[in-house]
Amino acid sequence: MRVAVIGGGPAGLYAAILLRKVGHEVLVFERNAPDATFGWGVVFSEETLGGLRDADPPTHLRISDSFARWSTVDIRFRERLIRSRGHVFSAIARKRLLAILQERALELGAQLRFGTEVDGSAELDADLVVAADGANSRIRTRPGFGAAIRSQGGKYVWFGTDLVLDAFTFSFRETEHGLFQAHAYPFDERRSTWIVECAEPVWQRAGLDRPDETANIAFCEELFEADLSGHRLLSNRSQWLDFPRVRCASWHQGNTVLLGDAAHTAHFSIGSGTKLAMEDAIELATALQRHGTDLDAALTEYESVRRPVVERFQQAAADSADYFLRTARYRRFEPVQFAFNLLTRSGRITHANLTQRDPHLVRELDAWFGLGGGGIELPPPGALAPPPMFAPLPVAGLRLANRIVVEAADEATAPERARAGAGLVLLGPAAIDDAGRVSPRTPVLDKVNWAAVAAKVREAGSRLGVRVTHAGARGATRPPSAGVDVPLPPSRSWPLLAASPIPYTPFSRVPEQMTDADMARVRASFAEAATRLAVSEVDLLELDMSDGRLLAGFLSPLTNRRTDRWGRDRSAYPLSVLDAVRAAWPADRPLSVRLTVADRSPGGLDEDQGVRLAGLVREHGADLVHVRAGHSVAESRVDYRRGHLTGLSDRVRAEAGVPTLVGGYLTTPDEVNTAVGAGRADLCVLSSVAGHTPVVTA
Amino acid sequence: MQVGIGLPNAIPGTTGATLLEWARRADAGPFSTLGVLDRLRYDSADPFVVLAAAAAVTERIGLATTIAIGPLRRGAVLAKQAVSVHALAPGRVTVGLAVGARPDDYESAEAEYGTRGAVLSRELSYLRGPFESAGIGPAATFGEGGIPLLIGGAGPAALTRMARYADGYVHGGGPPRAFGSAAVKARAAWHDLDRPGDPALWGQGYVALADADRGREYLLDYYAFTGPFAVRIAASALTDAAAVRDFVRGYAAEGCDELILFPTTDDPDEVDRLAEILS
Repeated sequence: MRVAVIGGGPAGLYAAILLRKVGHEVLVFERNAPDATFGWGVVFSEETLGGLRDADPPTHLRISDSFARWSTVDIRFRERLIRSRGHVFSAIARKRLLAILQERALELGAQLRFGTEVDGSAELDADLVVAADGANSRIRTRPGFGAAIRSQGGKYVWFGTDLVLDAFTFSFRETEHGLFQAHAYPFDERRSTWIVECAEPVWQRAGLDRPDETANIAFCEELFEADLSGHRLLSNRSQWLDFPRVRCASWHQGNTVLLGDAAHTAHFSIGSGTKLAMEDAIELATALQRHGTDLDAALTEYESVRRPVVERFQQAAADSADYFLRTARYRRFEPVQFAFNLLTRSGRITHANLTQRDPHLVRELDAWFGLGGGGIELPPPGALAPPPMFAPLPVAGLRLANRIVVEAADEATAPERARAGAGLVLLGPAAIDDAGRVSPRTPVLDKVNWAAVAAKVREAGSRLGVRVTHAGARGATRPPSAGVDVPLPPSRSWPLLAASPIPYTPFSRVPEQMTDADMARVRASFAEAATRLAVSEVDLLELDMSDGRLLAGFLSPLTNRRTDRWGRDRSAYPLSVLDAVRAAWPADRPLSVRLTVADRSPGGLDEDQGVRLAGLVREHGADLVHVRAGHSVAESRVDYRRGHLTGLSDRVRAEAGVPTLVGGYLTTPDEVNTAVGAGRADLCVLSSVAGHTPVVTA
Repeated sequence: MQVGIGLPNAIPGTTGATLLEWARRADAGPFSTLGVLDRLRYDSADPFVVLAAAAAVTERIGLATTIAIGPLRRGAVLAKQAVSVHALAPGRVTVGLAVGARPDDYESAEAEYGTRGAVLSRELSYLRGPFESAGIGPAATFGEGGIPLLIGGAGPAALTRMARYADGYVHGGGPPRAFGSAAVKARAAWHDLDRPGDPALWGQGYVALADADRGREYLLDYYAFTGPFAVRIAASALTDAAAVRDFVRGYAAEGCDELILFPTTDDPDEVDRLAEILS
């Protein structure tokens, strides 16, 4: 086969090597000169190296001989240096990597044509066109690839430095304009890469939008003076950039296939771009070999093998980019927690596997978390404490024994759930009155002996919280064992109330729009419920402003179409209910608000609005926010995965400054330790998992 | 985990006699369920008609659509078909529904493709609500002890729909790992909507035991609408006993409750071959 490769970067050259090895004719077009390159060093992982070794041993040998290797991550934050060991990194100068690949490609008989620009692949006389022309690929603009490009993360600039680091270094520097951070790592015996990043508004305030290279360098050198210890930053036409996140609907069209950054990018903060590009080349060569002359089958296989792997990295990269864009919100964190939060940002490192890599750092975190009570004081060296999920939580005069919350649907199951060892049993929903029930089985406030339930739960070593609700548009349904929002037959149904008369599902009963009198009555019932629970010695009250139920119905523009004052200020009514409940509930007992922070539906509340709402709820006396998303309307789109609400909880906790409780399908102690230890949540709902019962009665 | 077998209702040229013979042999074998597929613009037989025929010649085996494309049919007609089969085989029917992935089927049915998700939600809402008092017989209900409902599809909307209205999730096929990650999402959705317990989880795969080449050819043709991905689907067909056993073990390990293995030829001896591998 005659193969034309567009682009002489790592993806294109490595593809040229592997395709030439199996006898294809390969011609590489590169628009720049052989020794022109941008960027400084690139990072590899051990896993990638294994793949390279199997694909072409000579390249692997030359690359690994040129490596800088290290195992430490340094995190410099608030005048502290946190060193985390046990990681494995390798990096190489990008220029050196390209030289090795060029040399090997030529050795194998590939033709390299430098200084040659190729705009479209139509004019190329080749059986296969490999488009490895980078993140700004021109080939990709042809129809059919369906490229979607948007900028991701903050502004960044890529420098080198003659300081030779001995660790992957993150440095955070506060300025009058906002927070800046450096991502830096060594790549040979003389130099290191030094990337500076900040959020766009910070970049503007600092006046960095001027295209003045010298001033840029001077600014960054001064900013990181203490970290650079007298060394210089080196520019290589270094400009402030936006990182382009590239996704393509298809990676191949006809005889043209996209490789590396041309097909997909992953934010630089997870350092995987080159790795993914070279692994693409390996898979392309493998697929071509397997399918012989059936090009379509080979390219399809290449894409279907690589796409899930790449998408996993893109998800991790998106999380990481988002993390670095918002680091300013953690500026009050204690450095050890800040470091743990940073290391666990993309979900690939957890409390458990960091314990394997770096037991000392995790021990330090656990000790600070468990003994310091989350304060500034560091515990004495060598202190020991159980992992974060077993740290007690003081919240508004109540002390919960640990960070685990289990949910119970009714008073019959609550005591049994309490014996499972959770710090808090959250019972609910319980309706303020018959009309506010979700289903005929929903417990009603004045029909339960709460004092007896609370006593049993405390006897079992836990504490009792009760979620108080009015179902609103989602009332008069069958019990959840039968499905959700399945309306009762008319003979057994009851009238519903809501902010606006919008049925929840196509055949749900249409609620009546609440009048001012309804609102006053419901507010009084919520307050009365709070009094009743307080007298019954219930430990925590949770007010339900979530999931499209009555109070949430006022908050979302999707369900509140009122034109009166309760529509003009959508939070006014729910907050007035919160005020009434707060007044009725003892000041020394915690009041939680279960809040829909994002509607996850077009035209609904977005995260920014929801985080502001969480702030309002805190100002109105909530001690805790139970973070929820979606379900304001039936057709909402929640992106389900393990811990799908943890990221949102992190934002609420850090930006609204309120402790959070979060569920989102957390099923393991490790997930809880990671979320709580990193300060993304204070309490976690632990879900039970069916089909995993390791110990059974014989 | 239970293992079921698909009927060859979507294999061109399958005769009525073959379908009945297939159903009888499966009923006598170690299979829990007979599954059927749905496609309008193809040489395939209607899933409910085929299940009705199978109901008439079997005694115990379950009968399931995995899946029927809901929005191609009006809700009341869909319900009528399902309760009719249920009347022929009381307690044996499971209805799996999804939006499918084939715009041409929607075009032929003059059904709107762009709103298919909302239409399926409305149908489910109908089956669980107004249908019960609509006077459409033979008498039966859907969900909650009535005819079990399963939902297929991968996106957030499909999973929410599943957790709201149905009894479980039916995965579209793939290696056990792909099923496992879909199962996690289905369970997460189930918990998110406060359903007690966990959803029933169904998986599917293709076998081509006696004539692998003919089986792959069929898959290439049936999935031609996916473009080059048909190659991938064809390549994943299970062609020998070891592959079938690995696949079954893999699905069981990922928490699958019911795995339906579909044929790729209309040779009824495939039923016996599969029975032997599974016994």
